[in-house]
Formats: sequence, structure tokens, C-alpha cells
Amino acid sequence: MVLPAALTALLTLVLSAALLQFCLKRRFPDFSYITQNGRLTDFLDCVIISHFHLDHCGALPYFSEMVGYDGPIYMTHPTKAICPILLEDYRKITVDKKGETNFFTSQMIKDCMKKVVAVHLHQTVQVDEELEIKAYYAGHVLGAAMFQIKVGCESVVYTGDYNMTPDRHLGAAWIDKCRPDLLISESTYATTIRDSKRCRERDFLKKVHETVERGGKVLIPVFALGRAQELCILLETFWERMNLKAPIYFSTGLTEKANHYYKLFITWTNQKIRKTFVQRNMFEFKHIKAFDRAFADNPGPMVVFATPGMLHAGQSLQIFRKWAGNEKNMVIMPGYCVQGTVGHKILSGQRKLEMEGRQILEVKMQVEYMSFSAHADAKGIMQLIRQAEPRNVLLVHGEAKKMEFLKQKIEQEFHVSCYMPANGETTTIFTNPSIPVDISLGLLKRETAIGLLPDVKKPKLMHGTLIMKDNSFRLVSPEQALKELGLAEHQLRFTCRVHIQDPRKEHETVLRVYNHLKGVLKDYSVQHLPDGSITVESILIQATAHSEDQGTKVLLVSWTYQDEELGSYLTSLLKKGLPQSTS
Amino acid sequence: MKLCYCLSGHPTLPCNVLKFKSTTIMLDCGLDMTSTLNFLPLPLVQSPRLSKLPGWVLKDGSTFLDKELKECSGHVFVDSVPEFCLPETELLDLSTVDVILISNYHCMMALPYITEYTGFTGTVYATEPTVQIGRLLMEELVNSIERVPKAQSASMWKNKEVQRLLPAPLKDAVEVSMWRKCYTMPEVNAALSKIQLVGYSQKIELFGAVQVTPLSSGYALGSSNWIIQSHYEKVSYVSGSSLLTTHPQPMDQASLKNSDVLILTGLTQIPTANPDGMVGEFCSNLAMTVRNGGNVLVPCYPSGVIYDLLECLYQYIDSAGLSNVPFYFISPVANSSLEFSQIFAEWLCHNKQTKVYLPEPPFPHAELIQTNKLKHYPSIHGDFSNDFKQPCVVFTGHPSLRFGDVVHFMELWGKSSLNTVIFTEPDFSYLDALAPYQPLAMKCVYCPIDTRLNFIQVSKLLKEVQPLHVVCPEQYTQPPPTQSHRTDLMIDCQPPPMSYRRAEVLTLPYKRRYEKIEIMPELADSLVPLEIKPGISLATVSAVLHTKDNKHVLQLPPKPPQPPASKKRKRVSDDVPECKPLKPLLSGSIPVDQFVQTLEKHGFSDVKVEDTAKGHIVLLQEAETLIQIEEDSTHIICDNDEPLRVKLRDLVLKFLQKF
Repeated sequence: MVLPAALTALLTLVLSAALLQFCLKRRFPDFSYITQNGRLTDFLDCVIISHFHLDHCGALPYFSEMVGYDGPIYMTHPTKAICPILLEDYRKITVDKKGETNFFTSQMIKDCMKKVVAVHLHQTVQVDEELEIKAYYAGHVLGAAMFQIKVGCESVVYTGDYNMTPDRHLGAAWIDKCRPDLLISESTYATTIRDSKRCRERDFLKKVHETVERGGKVLIPVFALGRAQELCILLETFWERMNLKAPIYFSTGLTEKANHYYKLFITWTNQKIRKTFVQRNMFEFKHIKAFDRAFADNPGPMVVFATPGMLHAGQSLQIFRKWAGNEKNMVIMPGYCVQGTVGHKILSGQRKLEMEGRQILEVKMQVEYMSFSAHADAKGIMQLIRQAEPRNVLLVHGEAKKMEFLKQKIEQEFHVSCYMPANGETTTIFTNPSIPVDISLGLLKRETAIGLLPDVKKPKLMHGTLIMKDNSFRLVSPEQALKELGLAEHQLRFTCRVHIQDPRKEHETVLRVYNHLKGVLKDYSVQHLPDGSITVESILIQATAHSEDQGTKVLLVSWTYQDEELGSYLTSLLKKGLPQSTS
Repeated sequence: MKLCYCLSGHPTLPCNVLKFKSTTIMLDCGLDMTSTLNFLPLPLVQSPRLSKLPGWVLKDGSTFLDKELKECSGHVFVDSVPEFCLPETELLDLSTVDVILISNYHCMMALPYITEYTGFTGTVYATEPTVQIGRLLMEELVNSIERVPKAQSASMWKNKEVQRLLPAPLKDAVEVSMWRKCYTMPEVNAALSKIQLVGYSQKIELFGAVQVTPLSSGYALGSSNWIIQSHYEKVSYVSGSSLLTTHPQPMDQASLKNSDVLILTGLTQIPTANPDGMVGEFCSNLAMTVRNGGNVLVPCYPSGVIYDLLECLYQYIDSAGLSNVPFYFISPVANSSLEFSQIFAEWLCHNKQTKVYLPEPPFPHAELIQTNKLKHYPSIHGDFSNDFKQPCVVFTGHPSLRFGDVVHFMELWGKSSLNTVIFTEPDFSYLDALAPYQPLAMKCVYCPIDTRLNFIQVSKLLKEVQPLHVVCPEQYTQPPPTQSHRTDLMIDCQPPPMSYRRAEVLTLPYKRRYEKIEIMPELADSLVPLEIKPGISLATVSAVLHTKDNKHVLQLPPKPPQPPASKKRKRVSDDVPECKPLKPLLSGSIPVDQFVQTLEKHGFSDVKVEDTAKGHIVLLQEAETLIQIEEDSTHIICDNDEPLRVKLRDLVLKFLQKF
């Protein structure tokens, strides 16, 4: 008994959240996948944004203000705080710098954010009468969350991006054993089991240090929020420990603001930072200063964090072009780069780049890749599946080949179905929910009172009547069901005459019958009543002499329909006659 | 049966234990600190005045108590380390408590006594701000008592025979034998380590039987009311709630609806004072004193109302020309408290949240600190003594005036009528607090700010959420003793509230009738529903009941094992029927004419019908069988001819409905 309407909407809303991904070629997702005719608001119950990265929220104002959606949009407090700033930044780059038209405006971002409802971690938000959602900590970036979406006893968990190992500034994702019917997991690093974090950090510091020592400049393209803060903490502590003097700069005005968000939302960072923040706020940096464009031409070593992270535009690209020609310099790519970006090109080994105006840029500087971006690796994904114990897994956000490998691994280890649909593909997953009903306490107590310890050999059956009325289900005792419906019970009774050859007196016959039954029916309550009758449970047996034949006794066996089995058995047993008495 | 054990007599510092569906839940563990008012203050530096106080002499002249009791301006005080009045620990075995739910940081101060001394092994649930700020309050308490070691510990006066002879209020103090000294930091840490953090509207399952949920109560950072419910019963625990817009997130009232029982504690302690008016008076008294060259002392807790006071002053000081007056906040946890207040954006009211989104600190005291208008120090020693400039305003604890840095300022400033002490915390009677400092020249202003619900708000709330029953401390069912004519200062609802007092056990008045059970899909598939009336369908269910972790599940009965094919001679008892489903109940009636027609159709040719008083008798003469048919019963009386009986049975059943 599923709730088809709600369930469809439920799955649609999850996918819509996953769909809000911008790619460089076509800017916005094709929302007509959700509904061709009719308004999105009527079709979607809600929209969930897992974290502030633009590939998860970049299309939100377009979706809500240009396509048109007025329902609730859920995100955590830090996401709600940071999201509009990144959107505005994104808008500025696209419209003001690149001159794109048909893009959302500042006002649209504001209007869109008014539709946002902020949620706490672990808070159960009742979206409507049936649908509830709950956020779990996801690591990855400040405010990132995984969401459990639940209707009745069926549920889906959508992970967004998550990270199963704590880093310098964030904790590890965590979920309880919520046993969802479906877990939708990202699988960006489907097969990479990354070496230990410490090793990567040491490597990173070593490379930065060496370059600076030999007088080179280090460029680290980052996105303003997220990995940047982790690397800043790393360099800050290293500089302090090694007493280094080379300047570290952070480009864009966003940074200081960004650090401020980290200070105010310190409860979302890892335990160490939270514990020590009163003595020392880790996001107040001593060695890292704001960058000015003119500094790029300064002689001598320096380290610069610059946005954006994939070297596809803006300041990071400008600095890259200035420094690329010198082999003393180094660029460290700390995250994944989308195909087509300069970042992707240099990482795949290209050393001659065609820039705007057919200009060829020769890259002599060293190019390093350090995977610092905080996604769960294969080990992490498996760990999350172990935590949540889903009945089905669906992988998104990754490369097909790697996902295929992971899918097999998941199916082998957990014996659950795993899916990896392509964009635009529909996957149907069947659930088999049990049905919750209300049982009257009288009936339940009656049942549990009879046998507290279930007997394996003789499972106890309970008998009740299920009343279905206006979508409510109640299980009550048959007597109560009759009473509630205003019906009288119709009693069906049988009385069978069983003839027995026994010349003895009546009461002696009765005694023999009694002893016989007592011997056979060990598990039943057999009683000899003072008035000369016998009861077996609620079945009554009386003996009378035959009116014509004194040697024959007539046993009247009387039972109701409810005791049919036993009554029928008794008559056939008595019909066989009594055993020869030993006396 | 639901029981409520009431362990505290203080209505704003409650401690109740609820027995609910096989779980034992403690609601808050408040520590009654008014007991400390019976003690002499603990001065930071030797106070000649206090040490010269005369010992107390009984009327008959005996002086055996003069080491323990001192007299000051007609009041008698115990000269010993202050002690607190614990919740009742004898009423029930506290090691059986499964969980403790904390509603706000003021209501958890007895936690170490409960978790460390009673064999408690359960879990404590509280929100993150509650735990963090609660820790600060405990730290301050422990610190201010431990740093002034007192050689003497008085106990003779507690002897029942002796206590009888003492003057009031010592004579009337309750349970003095149960009063305890302050806990230590290791005990605080151990107690706090048992806390599990929760968020508002988080549903927490207890043993599969009960669900508890904290809701915003609007009173303090992270303060919560709790819903304790099963599928069919709902108990709301309302403790320390506020409808005023101060800094915390607003109170969630809607979720309290449909409660069977609402336990109401923590109402305002000053029902006649309007908090807004009090804040105004606070500001004007402060300004007047400072303008006249005097100092202002504000005894306070390190968190809570102080944030609101600082915010008011932030707006007020420039217009009142106080920009050059230094504000000092002195507490071992002052810095932590100010820092922590800025990082709980998610627990703040909407306005403050919006500021964080900018991003700016939610409380303006950040700016006061930046501009050096507000300075904070861990104690009067160290940096403070160098920076100290008068006239000034000092915020410091403890509001009881019995320990903490406030004692020093009372001794320092008490002799001058230029100075003012302004009481804002409502937990202690200001006259009692001042008693050991009398005679006093300094001005005393009483501006209690208690934002918790008043009786008008309570009656509005109760009308709104409509609980079936209200349970509250006895103090709320009668007007305050000092204003016995004010019948508006009590809870008025229908049915009248059930009241409790310390060490009482209440039986909560409701009974549940249903329980949730799950029908497994395989069993559901096998059910055959029958429409009995339009819109009402019935299905008979015969199933195996499984109960695990307090969850009930119905499964298909197992298939009977195939009888072994061997030809082994069967014993009689092998045939004894077992584990057969009970037959359903029957309903309906049998129309005789149709029944007879059916009989004839099935080959009975000699059917005779006789009318009786209540119905009919159908006779099958050849088979010597008689069928009595009445409105609500049918009785088949026959010879032992099983095939015939079964045939007749099935014919009868055709006319009846099964349940």
C-alpha cells in the first residue's frame, strides 16, 4: 500500500536537487524533465539544497524566479548565509564581466532567498502532512548536509557531496542507522582510495616550502569558501612553526568575509576548532594577508590563493598567465577540474595553451595536483552505506566506468541493488513497506498476557478483525468489531449425540470418559464438574442413559463454532469408544 | 498508569520524574540555591567587618553555637561554606532513571549530584547552547567557591533539636540534612560527558517505546520545552518559556497542541513586573548614579539577561552621555560567555540570524568590546586592578551575593550612598541577599527582569494549545502568599490543574486505548477485505505476533510442517489439534424460508419447520437432526454423523458474515 502521488513527488524532488548542476557548456539544467506542462510549484513538494557549491545551487534563482517555483526551499543556516554571496559573485562574473544576457538579476537572488527555510541538523521538518525531511552533517564544506526524506515508513537519503574523514577544519559526515529504502550517493571519487591525509598534507607543505625556498612563487587556485580555509589553516600553522617570512596572500575581497562566516558558524567545524575557539579562533590568520593585483609583479617568493579554482576565469587565470613562463614557480591544483578549463588542460599534461586572441601561452612553471577536495572516496562511500544500511543504492555525480566498479563492489559486499542511471534516465525502485495499523490495547494485552515467551514449536496465533474506514486501519478483537458496527453476534452451536457401549452406571461412565480425555488431551484443560458434566476448554460433555438400551450411554458433546476443530476431534475420538479399563 | 515523582519544591528549578510506557524520564534537575542565603558571604579578601560579627547566643544565654552562627543586624547566618538544597533523592531509586531531559541551563545545575552519586547510568539530552552555557555557569560556581577555602564547616546547627531553637528563616529551612556542598570540576566534567546533544524538533527514540522532542521555548539560548509521546499519548513538558522577543529563537507553541497532559513549570517569579519597564528603570538608575559620580554594581549570571542589558546599554550610552564610563564584566567565564553568545546563530531570533548572514556578530557587545567600552576580566585580581577606573559599572556574580567577585564590591562600595546596586536577576529576594551587608549606605534598586511566562500569557497559551490536563507546582494554584487578594496571579483552567509539591507522587489521569502495530506485506497481501457498510471494510486477521524492542509486528503464520510420509503407526494423541487459527465470530441471521430451500436443493427431502416463541425449529426427520434457528443463534443437534454435520454447518455459514 504505497502512497503513489507523494512518492513520485518525493523522488522528483530529490532528483531536482541533484539536477541543479551547472556545466560550462549549457548553463542551466533542463527543468522540463520535471514537468512539461504545469507549474513546478504544483509538481514539487519542496527543493533541498545540500551545500553552497555552485554546482549544487547555481541554478536556484533561475529555477525559482525565471522558470517559476514558489514552494519551500530547504538548506542549512550556513548554506543560507553563504549561498546568496556566491550566487551574486557568479552573476557578476557572468553578466558584468562576460556580458551575458538572459541571466538572473541581484533582485532575483534576493527574492529566491526569501523562499529559503533554514533547517537545523537532525531537526525533523514536516514539509506537509506526509513528507518530512531531516539533515545530517556531511563534512565537505561549511554547512554541507545530507538529507533524509521520509513518507510514512519509506525513506530516501540524498547525500549531496560528503566527506567521511575529518579534515583541518571540518568533521566527518555522519548518519545513523536509518535504513532508508534508497541511498542516493555522490561518487566523485568512486575508486580512489586516497592515501592518508597526513601524507598529502606533508607533500603539499614540502612542495610549497621548496618552491618558496628557491625564490619561486606558488599559485593555488581555489574557490573562496571551503578547501581554501583548510589550506590556509595548514599554511598558517606551518609558517608559524617554521618561522617562515615569505608572504601569503589571499585574493578577492570575499575572503575576509568568508573567514568571518567560519568564525560565526564555528559550531559547524570540527571538534578541535570548536573546543579552542575561545582562546584562539583558527580563522583569524596572522600570516595571510589580502592580495592586491600589483603584488603579482613583486620580486621574491610568495604564496597566493586566488579564485576561481579551475583557472577558467578571473584573478587566478590572470596570475597564472603572469607566472606560467618561469620554471621556478609552481601552480598547485587542489581540486577537481572540469573538462575544457585551463586547469584541466594543464593537469592532463598540456604545456602550450591557446589563449584568447590566438595567443599561445607556454607553461614552464611546475604543475602539481593535490587532491584536497573533500569528497568521500570508495572506502568512505562503503562506510556510509554500512552506517545507514540502505535497501537500495543509487550512484550519481561520477564517471561511468568507476561507478560501474563501485556498483559491483557494493552489490557484492552488502547484497543490495545498486543503480547508476544516466542523466534523463528514470529508475524505478520497488519498496515493500509493512502497513502500520492501530491495535486496540485490550487485544494486544490479551495476546501478550497469554504467552510472554514465544514458543518456537508452537507459534501463538492472534486473531483479530481489521476495520478499514476512511484510510484508517484499526485492528480490534472480533467482539469489539461487532460491537462497533452495531452488529449482534450470531452463535452457532453444535450438539452431537455419541453412543457408547458401557453397562456401568452413568457417573462411572462419565468418570471413565474423563480419565480417557485427561490422558489424551494433555495440553488442554479437562475438568469434571460437580453436576456430573465434563468440560474440555469450553466444550461441554454430558452423559445420559439411552432411553431403550441400558447398556448404551449417550454422550452429548456440545461446542460453538469457535471451537470447531476441537469439538469435531472430540466426537471422533469418543466415537472410537473408551479403552478397556485396567481396573 | 503514568506516574510523576516530584523531587523539587522550587517551581522555577524543577526536578520531576515521569514513568511513561516502561521508561523512566527525569525532567530537569534544578538546584535550589536559595539555601545559600542562610550563609555568610565568602569574601575574596579578608573582611574585617564580617570577621568581627558577633556569635549568636540563645535566649537562655548558652553560647555553644557561637562558632557556627553569626548575627548581623538582627539576622542570623551560618558561618560555613554555602550549601545547596538538592532534589529529593529518596522518593525513588534514581539509578533506574533512563534519561534526563534538560530544558535550559538554569535547570541543570544539580546534574553532577544526580549523575555522579545515585548510580545513574542513562543518557542526558540537551541542546548545544544549554550544555555550553550550563558548563560556564557550573565553572563559575565551582570557581567562586573553591578559590575561597573556608576552614570551618558548620553542622551542629543542622541537628533537628538545635534547629528548632533557631530564629526564622533557619528554623523553617527544609531538609537541611540533605543540603550539600558544591561539586568539583571533575564531577562537572563527568556529568557533562553523559550529555548527548540534540537540536530543536529532533525526534529521539527511547527504546522504541517513546519519542522525545525538544522545542524552542524562547526563554534563553538553546532553551527547550519537551514533548514526550508514544503514538497515542502526548505529554508536554513546558519549563521556562517566554513569549517576549529578546535574543533567543521564539517559542514553538503549535507543537504543544493535542497534549493529553501538559506539565507547566518555570513561570515568571515576578508576575507583577513588566520586563520592558524594568529595563528602562535599570538604564535610568544606572545613568543617574554614574552622573552623580557613583558606581553601579549589577549582580548577575554570566549569561542570559546580561546580553540583553548590554544591548540596551549599547543603544543607550551615547544618548545618555555615558560614552566615557567604563563597563566591566568580571567572571572567570566572562570571555567564554561573550564569545559563545556570538556563535549560536541558529538558536537566535530572526533579527540576530539575519545579522549573521551579512556576516556580522549577532550581539552588539562585540562592538562594545572592540571600542573598549566593555572590558571583561576573569577576576578582580590581575589586569583588572590596573585598569580599574571609577565611576564605573560592574557586572559580576553571584546574584545571591554570597560568593563570587560581587562580595568584594559590596564590601568596597556599600558604605557610600553615591553607589547603587541594581538587582536584575529574579532568583533571590534582594532584601535577603542584602541582609548580611546591613547596615548599608549604598542605594539599592530592584529591577527584576524575568521574561518567563506570566499568568495572562499562560491562560492564553492554554486556550491555544488546549491540553486535556494541566499539572503544575502547587504555588501556581493559589495567589502569591504576599498578595493573597490577587486571584489573577494563579493558573485558571478547566479542568483545574493537578498540583504537586516536593516529594509527592502524582498519577497522571489518562489511559491509552491503542498501540501501533505493523502488518508485514506478505500478511497484508493475504487479507481479504469485505465491505460491510459503505466505506467500511473488514478483514479477519490471524497472524503471529512478534514483539521486539517494544515494536510489534504481525507476520503470516508459518506453514504447517508436512506430515511425515512414513507409515509409522500413529498414536491417538498425534491427532490432537494444535495451533489452528481460532474460528471467526459470526454475525447476521438466517432467513428460514431460504434456508429450507437450500436444504432441499442439497437433497434433504423431509424438511419440516416448526415455529417457536423465539424462532423456528427445522427438523430433518430421517437424519434425526434438529436445527434451532433464532435471531442471534443457530443450534444444530444431530447424531454423530460428521459428514452430515459438516454439510449442515457449511450451509448455515453461507448465510452468516465472519469476523
